[in-house]
Amino acid sequence: MQTARRTPLYERHAALGARIVDFAGWEMPVQYTGIQEEHRAVRTSAGVFDVSHMGQLELSGAGANDYLQERLSNDLDRIGDGQAQYTLLTNDRGGITDDLIAYRRGHDDYLLVVNASNVEPDHAALPDTTDVSDRYVLLAVQGPEALERLGIALEPFTFREDDVLGVRCLVAGTGYTGERGCELGCDPDDAARLWDAILARGVVPCGLGSRDTLRLEACYPLHGNDISRERTPIEAGLGWACALDKEFTGVDVLRRQKEEGTTERLVAFVLDEKGIPRQGMAVSDPSGQVTSGSLSPMLGIGIGLAYVPTGSAEPGTTISVDLRGRPRKGHIVKKPIYKREGT
Amino acid sequence: MAAEESYPEELKYHHEHDWARVDGDTATIGITWYAQDALGEIVHFEPPEQGGSVAKDESYGEVESVKAVSDLVSPLSGEVAEVNQAVVDEPEKINEDPYGEGWLIKVRLSDPAEVDGLLDLAAYKELLSE
Repeated sequence: MQTARRTPLYERHAALGARIVDFAGWEMPVQYTGIQEEHRAVRTSAGVFDVSHMGQLELSGAGANDYLQERLSNDLDRIGDGQAQYTLLTNDRGGITDDLIAYRRGHDDYLLVVNASNVEPDHAALPDTTDVSDRYVLLAVQGPEALERLGIALEPFTFREDDVLGVRCLVAGTGYTGERGCELGCDPDDAARLWDAILARGVVPCGLGSRDTLRLEACYPLHGNDISRERTPIEAGLGWACALDKEFTGVDVLRRQKEEGTTERLVAFVLDEKGIPRQGMAVSDPSGQVTSGSLSPMLGIGIGLAYVPTGSAEPGTTISVDLRGRPRKGHIVKKPIYKREGT
Repeated sequence: MAAEESYPEELKYHHEHDWARVDGDTATIGITWYAQDALGEIVHFEPPEQGGSVAKDESYGEVESVKAVSDLVSPLSGEVAEVNQAVVDEPEKINEDPYGEGWLIKVRLSDPAEVDGLLDLAAYKELLSE
């Protein structure tokens, strides 16, 4: 068995009293003081996450644009240089090998930030790319006050090289919380200095626990839970990230599904009764299955994502979730489940 | 605020990290500091029915943190005389005061002799140090 890997900030996390868990082969902080407290910090002020476990693949040189256009679902020519795009790596059945952010540095120059657990399958599907995951420490600084605490201005889905609190970074207007903010990529040797400088600005250290509850309130799918190699973007409601007018792996399946519809669809729901839905729980009337579930720290109720029959996927539809033998009523809602006013 | 680590002398303990405060033929039951700390912030208490029965070593309900569900194991057998409704409404009381306001149920014991099979403080501390 391979021993779990540690990010260059592991000692910082341990010193802060973080509870450490194994995640995709990494020893990562799941929480420092408490998931709900950290969650609320990101919704009301600013929080920082060490997301260095995420992978980075790079491709540059003549033909890079063509190569990725043939393999990624979204159209890289919809964005310009210095812009970022949410996109999917699909397989020949239209299933989702991974979801990722593509950073366009130039017409033939890209950085792809991928899920930690999928670096190997992604690299196998994109063999021309170079795995540069060890080159970056990645910090996500998120929340309504995130950018102002760092003293930077940044438009969503743009990126640039810049100094942040005295450290040279790749600064990107991206995240996984539904809040404004940025992700910072820096040299591993500068990581501790950047981390300390961010905390000195009163930004709250946050673990993977709150990262998960934040993304669920925002209805961002998690690969392995809500999307997988067996589920297509059309079923998952990610058709907006698929340019069906270009050729890429599995596009035929997706075009057909778009035309004919799918049997099931990924929906967001809330419970109207006490209880917390969890991954794998059965949904009845309509019959389906929960793929992610939690308590919403902002709403104080059980929330989740579930696949249900397409004919019963409209917001307002009542559902029943089987909480270990106890049926609990809920209803389908429009995504996102939680959105702060003004965002 | 989470409580400081403590294990009161006067309680009886069960190896699944539950405690019982026995008073005649009634026992108040809850989970220990260790159990609530392992779970983290408790956000849901699924109680048994009042008047229903609980059996020693068997599940009588659940507590949940944001991330995980945990079965509650009864240290003693009997009838559920009372459910702590304040904890149903505010489950964080379990973290704040696990031996006081965070008690979970009161049980009318069907076999008070079972108490002799529970751990005393020294034995429970030994189990924690293993």
